[in-house]
Amino acid sequence: MIRFLPCGDTALTVELGDKVDRRVSDLVLALAGRVRAASIAGIAELVPTFRSLLIHYDPMTLCQAELKERLVPLLSGLTAARSAGRLWRIPVCYHASLAPDLAEVAVRTGLTPERVVAFHSSVTYHVYMVGFLPGYPYLGDLPSELALPRRDTPRTAVPAGSVAIATSLTAVYALESPGGWHLVGRTPVLLWDPRRDPPAILAAGDQVRFQPIALGDHEVVAARSSAGELRLEPEERLAQADAPE
Amino acid sequence: MKPALRVLAPGLMTTLQDLGRRGYQHLGIPVSGALDAVGLCAANALAGNAPGTGALEVAYHGPTLAVEADSVRIAFAGGAGAVEILSGDGARRGTRVPPGQSVRLSRGEVLRVGALTGSAVAYLAVEGGFDAPPVLGSQSTYARAGLGGFQGRRLRANDLLPLKLAQAAAREESMLPALDLAPPRRVRVVLGPQDDAFTDQGKRTLLEGNFTVAAASDRMGMRLEGPTLEHSNGYNIVSDGIAPGSIQVPGSGLPIILLADRQTTGGYPKIATVISADLPALGRLAPGARLAFEAVSIPEAEAAHRRQAARLAALPNQVVAVRGATAIDAAALLGSNLVSGVVSAHDQTYDPHCEPSSN
Repeated sequence: MIRFLPCGDTALTVELGDKVDRRVSDLVLALAGRVRAASIAGIAELVPTFRSLLIHYDPMTLCQAELKERLVPLLSGLTAARSAGRLWRIPVCYHASLAPDLAEVAVRTGLTPERVVAFHSSVTYHVYMVGFLPGYPYLGDLPSELALPRRDTPRTAVPAGSVAIATSLTAVYALESPGGWHLVGRTPVLLWDPRRDPPAILAAGDQVRFQPIALGDHEVVAARSSAGELRLEPEERLAQADAPE
Repeated sequence: MKPALRVLAPGLMTTLQDLGRRGYQHLGIPVSGALDAVGLCAANALAGNAPGTGALEVAYHGPTLAVEADSVRIAFAGGAGAVEILSGDGARRGTRVPPGQSVRLSRGEVLRVGALTGSAVAYLAVEGGFDAPPVLGSQSTYARAGLGGFQGRRLRANDLLPLKLAQAAAREESMLPALDLAPPRRVRVVLGPQDDAFTDQGKRTLLEGNFTVAAASDRMGMRLEGPTLEHSNGYNIVSDGIAPGSIQVPGSGLPIILLADRQTTGGYPKIATVISADLPALGRLAPGARLAFEAVSIPEAEAAHRRQAARLAALPNQVVAVRGATAIDAAALLGSNLVSGVVSAHDQTYDPHCEPSSN
């Protein structure tokens, strides 16, 4: 059931479901595409989430009743078409020194650490949304063999680049923050770089595959990434930012 | 040498803020910007700047700044507090600058902004603005991600804050005699988006209860103490988007109003949303201040928004020239904008890891 949920006088939520579900997400992204294409004057920002589209608008240009009227035709016949998001291959080092929870995840799932890594890097993930913190992507769905609830005690500081799992999802901590997910690896590439515009590389609707890399490679790539020499490009391996002609 | 203000003492939480960073919420980047847009626009009107020019947001207790430029015109507005000229050539030493009035300072003079009274925040604008590079289209500081402002953080002692102008324009000083900074009798809200996640009693408690601003409030969220709001069916929801002024209610039942540095998405039910017209006054409420809510319709909220926008647009026209004699010595003017409330100097940060479905 589609519901309009008022968020004060400058935002409106269009709710398309109530759970983490790929079909609901595809509907949300399809609606975002339609709203963007309709170029409705007064709409300021679209924030797709797991189950809804939040529309920020300027009430000096558009009142909420008008906005709803404009949305009704865009909602009719809305189908969960797979979005044509970009594919990113993100290198991840699963070495124990960068994966503090990998051994525990292995014990709790009844797998070896190698099998956990194999499962985690075996599928193409969908970016459901980016939120909680700048550049923090929620990716799914995790292979069901790896599903675990969040940690009982969140960490007060999770290092930037940490690759984490919880419930049916996986994520990358784009910058250091508190966090309660299980840390199973680390990526040396920057998912968040304020020197760039946009500073976050992943957006809702993108696809992600994790590629296991060795510890030595992690250190090399991490150093070059933070020096601004390497950046991740979609559907490519690492491209050199300053490649010689 | 580049014209600048040197930070001798940073104050408790002084950051550069403008009207916020728009267009990046889908990437999880908060809007940030001034907690009190009225105060920001008033300070800019006094300084002769465009309304959304970046200015120092002073929280609770202000900074001490030395002028390292030929001259600079500053204006302080939004909250009341003692602003004094501490040093320089003799005559003006110890002079108090009333809020809501601009003043020209010369090289070597030192300005101290003391404890704010009756407001959590106030704004110190400089004529011409600060020369800090906009990040993603805004000078606003978002300290959690080190974005914008001066090096992405609050001021520290010895920082140099570069100025766009090397000297203040020759003109009369300005004042804003009629700036209305009174807190609303009741903070107006629109119910939703998740008012259906609360019992009827829970909704009544929001609209009939009396709340107090808690010490653990910050730029991200204003935590309230008071009666607890009863959820109807648990307090974890699948994350959805967060609007400015959203009132989220975690498991404790105590509401948190999400302010300028709010996260863009979250997983607690949001019972109501403070209307945009009341957000600036809310941003001025300091820990200990009392507040109560009332529900309004969306058309009422939209009408209030238009009135507020018209008031802000009219600010530059309400600026009047200060005649020479009254320029600075009017200690009586101090406190003319006082609003009731209690200020305490807390500096705690809101910890996002209690977001249930977030991380």
